[in-house]
Order: sequence, then C-alpha cells, then structure tokens
Amino acid sequence: MTSEHDNHDPSRRKVLECMTWAGTGVLWTIAGGVPTAMGIIDQAIAAEAKGLTFLQISDSHVGFDKPANPNALGTLEEAIGRVKALPVKPAFMIHTGDITHLSKPKEFDDADQMISQARLDVHYVPGEHDILDEEVKLYRERYGRGAMGAGWYSFDANGVHFIGLVNVTNLKAGGLGNLGDEQLAWLEADLKGRTASTPIVVFAHIPLWVVYRDWGWGTEDGGRALDMLKRFGSVTVLNGHIHQVMQKVEGNVTFHTAQSTAFPQPVPGTAPSPGPMKVADDKLRTLLGITNVTFKQGEQRLAIVDQPLQS
Amino acid sequence: MVLRKLCVGGLRQAVLGIAALLAIAAIPPSARAEEPSVKIDNFTFNPPTLTIAAGTTVTWKNEDDIPHTVASTTKAFKSKALDTDDSYTFTFTTPGVYEYFCSLHPHMTGKIVVEAKTGSN
Repeated sequence: MTSEHDNHDPSRRKVLECMTWAGTGVLWTIAGGVPTAMGIIDQAIAAEAKGLTFLQISDSHVGFDKPANPNALGTLEEAIGRVKALPVKPAFMIHTGDITHLSKPKEFDDADQMISQARLDVHYVPGEHDILDEEVKLYRERYGRGAMGAGWYSFDANGVHFIGLVNVTNLKAGGLGNLGDEQLAWLEADLKGRTASTPIVVFAHIPLWVVYRDWGWGTEDGGRALDMLKRFGSVTVLNGHIHQVMQKVEGNVTFHTAQSTAFPQPVPGTAPSPGPMKVADDKLRTLLGITNVTFKQGEQRLAIVDQPLQS
Repeated sequence: MVLRKLCVGGLRQAVLGIAALLAIAAIPPSARAEEPSVKIDNFTFNPPTLTIAAGTTVTWKNEDDIPHTVASTTKAFKSKALDTDDSYTFTFTTPGVYEYFCSLHPHMTGKIVVEAKTGSN
C-alpha cells in the first residue's frame, strides 16, 4: 500500500507527524522508518514473526503501595506471567527504568527476583526512582557493570544496534530530562562508522522528545541525540516514564512510550499534576502492560505491539 | 436581606473563631512561634515563594504520592528523597534569594527570600 519512495516525500512526512493515545494492542509495521500499517492486533502477529523479537517493560515501581495500586509487585508478577506466556519467546528484554519506587535494596531485590522468572536477559536503563541514592551506587552495582557514566551502553543483536541512554541525572532547575555533554560525545563516537542502513533502537527512561513541557515530560538535549540519528534509515526510540502509550513519527524516527506495570498516569493536561492516577479497580489492568517489538530481518521492519495486562 | 447577611457573617466569624482556637490548641507549644512551611503537593511547592527573616527554619513536607527532593540551585542545601509525609528542614541564616527545585522533577521550582532581621523586632 505504501511504497518505499514515500519515505522521502516531505508532505507525507508532515502528515505522519502525529500523536496517538491508545490503551489496547497497537501494531506498527515500519519500513525504512515510516509506518506502512497501523491497527489493533492480537498475539497472532507475534507468532508469525521471523527475526528478532524483544520485549520492553517499564516503570515497575516496586515498593509503590499508594491507592493507585497498593500492590505494584503483584502487577509486575502478572506482567512477567504475560511474558512467559508469549507464543514466541523474545530474545531478550529491555527495562526502561523506574524498576523501584524508592531505590531501596529490598525493592531492587524483589524486582530482580520477579523479573528473573521470565528467564530472559534484561538490558536496563535507570529511571529517576532508581537513583535516589546520590552516587547511583545501588543501580550501578546491579545493572551498570560495563556501562559508561551513570549507566549508558550499546550492543548489537541480529544486525540491529541498540543504545541504552540515561537522561535522569544532573537535572537542571526548570528543565527536563538531561543527557549531558559526556554522554552525547559518547553517542557520537558510538554511531560513527555505522552504515545508514543499520537499524537503530534507542531506549531511555524519559521520552527523548518533548511530550509535555509543563509536566517535565521530555529531554532538554534530546534533540542533539536525534540530530545524530537523522542519517539512519530506521530509528526506533523506546521510552517509559509517562505510564501510557504514546506514539509519534518524525521522518525516519519512530517514538514510542510504554505502559507501566504499576500504575497509570493522566493524559497530558487532563489533571492538575502527573501523579499516579487512581482508576476503578476493574480498569487498572487495562492501563498496565508490556510491549513486544519485532524486527523482521531483511525487511527493515519493526512491529511494536502493546499488550495490556487485561484487555 | 441586611439582617440575614449580618447573621451569616456573624455565624461565619464564630465558626472561624472556634476553628482558630482549636487550631491553636492542637499545635504543640514548641511550634507556636510561627514556623514557616512549604507544602509539596501536585508536583508543586506551595507557596512557590516564601519570604522569611534571617535565622528562620523552613520545613518542607511532601504530601504527594511520589517522592520529591528539595535542592538548592547553588547547592546551598539539598534534602534526601522525601517519600509521602516525609519532611525536610533548613535554617536560613544569611539574607538573600535562595532558588530551589526538585532534582527528580526539575520543572518543580520554588524560592525562599531571606530578609535581614529588622533591629528591635
């Protein structure tokens, strides 16, 4: 339906600069960074996928016990149950931060114990709730081995280059998330020499683009990172932090945020603050979930499927 | 009309008076000497600007469901992460304007204006 040359049509690109909110399963099929199909799907898509399938979970906030969800560890367990039940076993998992609520050792232990039941390698980046100890010691000891700075790194899988970034440290008054000069210099060096046809997946806690400045939902110097990624034909940016699905396409870059496994947060501007949103008990699990991402080799396609704990 | 208005006003005053008496009774003696405080709620510092005399101790209390910090932009002071109902106090001895923010949610900002003590007062 959509041919390759549409990638380079600026008017079409303009049309695609859209934002969507969705609570149920949403499928993205991406060719050369531009979606060719979009719709509600079920697990069957994952089953027929060939190539690399990986999973994103986010914002598990282990230790959170407030009215919006008195048992965040319980809903994480349900999310891991969903992972174990997937028809195609993912190659690995990424966790886009806020593993714990208060960076307490017991919260990290509980999270580890639960997440390890999925029996998958997990690539983490920290959220602001994981670095409440000033030196970021607890997070780094567990997850930051071999990583740079506060925990950024890259790796390759099935020809896809994955980059985990940290945008929750050294935040400035009045500002948003922050990558910082040191990390940006590292990113530039990391991308240097890679061919433009290499599919790139970038993941970080706070959205790299500005979703809603009034609530601090964005990264101050995220644009500098995105500039470096412009020359690549397929870039996928996966974030958490805002506890809801949000999608945007700009040129060859697809942005996607995941649901939390702990509690929902309001749609931008619909509440006085971005704090935990209390919903009816029977609705909570429709707003929590996991994200399944598939890269089909040779086709440069990425399919992103959000799966709520309860549909 | 006039009479009714007076009655309502009188009643309101009486209620306020009783409430004030109850409030005073509830405050422990040590806290009666007007301790300024900043409430953290809905991802905001309230009041956003607080003016105090040098030597005053300010208390911040987190009433949100999410942890916050109180961090000076010049690193003059910084709290640990405050969970729900946790408090932080800092005594301002030197006059000046102290801007601060939440280091976890930096769009949250506030200001303490510390004025020199006025002689005999």
